[in-house]
Amino acid sequence: MSKLGLRALGAAAGLTVALISGAQAEDKVVNVFNWSDYIDQSVLDDFTKETGIKVVYDVFDSNDILETKLLAGGTGYDVVVPSAEFLARQIQAGVFQKLDKSKLPNLVNVWPDVAERLAVYDPGNEYAVNYMWGTTGIGYNPDKIKAIDPNAPVDSWKILFDPETVAKFKSCGIYVLDAPEELIPAALNYLGKDPNSKDSADIEAAGELLKSIAPNIQKFNSSEYINALANGDICLAVGYSGDVLQARNRAAEAKNGVTVAYSVPKEGAKLFFDNMAIPADAPHPEEALAFINFILKPEEIAKSSNYVSYANGNLASQKFIDPAILNDKAIFPDAETMKHLYGISPYDPKSQRVLTRVWTSVKTGM
Amino acid sequence: MADTKDPTGSSKAKWLVVAVPYLWSAIFFLAPFFIIVKISLSQTAIAMPPYMPQFKDLATAWDAVRQFSLDNYVFLTEDPLYIAAYLSSLRIALISTLLLLAVGYPIAYGMARAPKGVRNVLVMLVILPFWTSFLIRVYAWIGILKPEGLLTMLLQALHIFGPDQQLKIFNTETAVFIGIVYSYLPFMVLPLYAALEKMDHTLLEAAADLGCPPLQAFWKITFPLSLPGVVAGCFLCFIPIVGEFVIPDLLGGSGTLMIGKTLWAEFFNNRDWPVSSAVAVVLLIILVVPIVIFQNQQKKL
Repeated sequence: MSKLGLRALGAAAGLTVALISGAQAEDKVVNVFNWSDYIDQSVLDDFTKETGIKVVYDVFDSNDILETKLLAGGTGYDVVVPSAEFLARQIQAGVFQKLDKSKLPNLVNVWPDVAERLAVYDPGNEYAVNYMWGTTGIGYNPDKIKAIDPNAPVDSWKILFDPETVAKFKSCGIYVLDAPEELIPAALNYLGKDPNSKDSADIEAAGELLKSIAPNIQKFNSSEYINALANGDICLAVGYSGDVLQARNRAAEAKNGVTVAYSVPKEGAKLFFDNMAIPADAPHPEEALAFINFILKPEEIAKSSNYVSYANGNLASQKFIDPAILNDKAIFPDAETMKHLYGISPYDPKSQRVLTRVWTSVKTGM
Repeated sequence: MADTKDPTGSSKAKWLVVAVPYLWSAIFFLAPFFIIVKISLSQTAIAMPPYMPQFKDLATAWDAVRQFSLDNYVFLTEDPLYIAAYLSSLRIALISTLLLLAVGYPIAYGMARAPKGVRNVLVMLVILPFWTSFLIRVYAWIGILKPEGLLTMLLQALHIFGPDQQLKIFNTETAVFIGIVYSYLPFMVLPLYAALEKMDHTLLEAAADLGCPPLQAFWKITFPLSLPGVVAGCFLCFIPIVGEFVIPDLLGGSGTLMIGKTLWAEFFNNRDWPVSSAVAVVLLIILVVPIVIFQNQQKKL
């Protein structure tokens, strides 16, 4: 081989190496672990288009799964979305790193009221930014409910917690969230007690109420009710506001004649906040910050709110939100409803054990 | 001199061969087991990982050891939930194993008596389901068993069920048994087949010549000779079924109490690693008893 040929080969080899390393540099990723049915896919596509960072998107349907993974460490996730009371305990356990706010210029868009409520769990908003928030209430199929009882109290927890009322709807199917931190406070609130009570006797009293109505419940599950409501398989569910509204949208899209509605019970309901945070051992913290900053763009978070029917913690995004969603009191509750909504503080290990034990007892009768 | 072997060298090689399975057990069974035992003696805490004490360095190791307690084991005896869950798991595993034996034995017998050329194809067919993920196969059963599922549709098409009648199997213990028998069948069939295939069929001919009726010949000759396969198949199924989690979770109702689900609740809902470790250690002890019986059986046979 001539010298020229050798040199050409060398150049080609050099070019190949450059191309490969270039491809590696471009191959930036961010591993996101979010709730199921909680984003508009196009937001992820836009993010990759704008930043060149690939999104590896994974979902969960329970705070318990997320927390267990986080406490074991080494999850490989860069952005996770725990609910506020779980976030508080995880911060205490040292799961998260503080957010470098200089890398989050879009923080100017956050809704101060929401940030203030979140600060109860994350003092100074140092570790987390609110993603979306909503209420835990009642999803129902108005046609099926009315066929059984035209005067059914769909705007009250009575429809679930009053044994005589709930028994009427057993035949058409009832699903309830498999989440004691949602149902026990709701039962406590219905009993006229503090929904935030960590007292064993109170939690057990709430458990007794739930046990008395449990035979009427077809399934305890935290994600299947969306499809079950949309397909008309069930007529009543205790679920998250946006999930129920997604069921409504899916039924409308499918044109299957099923209608779904959501109500915030008049006795009060739980207000929940799901928040983006970066684990202390995240492999790509820079990309995680870029992702959070992108989600904080008003038009991007608005796209997701329009898609999943949840309110977000971004005030500037409201002008991009579909008026039908912005004016829907089931999504953005008015000031009057807000007064009845309650937040939940984290359970300490002792009360957590009572909570889980009571919940097992509700589900299995043991 | 070339054909004499160095006796010490060969015994060294022998030791190495014997040591491999022990080393394997030490690394993949004993070490994890001691970690679990260690965690079961600690207390839950808000930390990462969520228990105390933790071994940071050798200097404080003794302090950590002194904090160990048996509280978690005492706790398991105080709440009837755990004993009920263990008993329920053992009951479900026992019934499932008997069902598996009843279904698996005729299959294995048929395979062993099939013409030689066909046998390999039959073994292949038993193994074939493993080519699809176990999880997907269990999910498929949801589609079959649910009230508006395939089985209901079939029964309605055959006019066995009226148009409004629906199968009420999904989310019950019956569905759990169906799922377990389906999933574990190869583990029962293959050891039985291995035992039955080795059998000398001239023994049955001799029995027939001597006037023994076929059924009696089966109980006097075939079954006793297949006993090693029966024992192996039963233990291969019984032991993992006791700790089964996926099948009761997907096919069973919320009322199906099994120790696998209880362990899950301790680990994920309570984030109580120490108690869930204690549950796991007790489960292991419960299972060691049948394993020891199994090994003694094998020595005898």
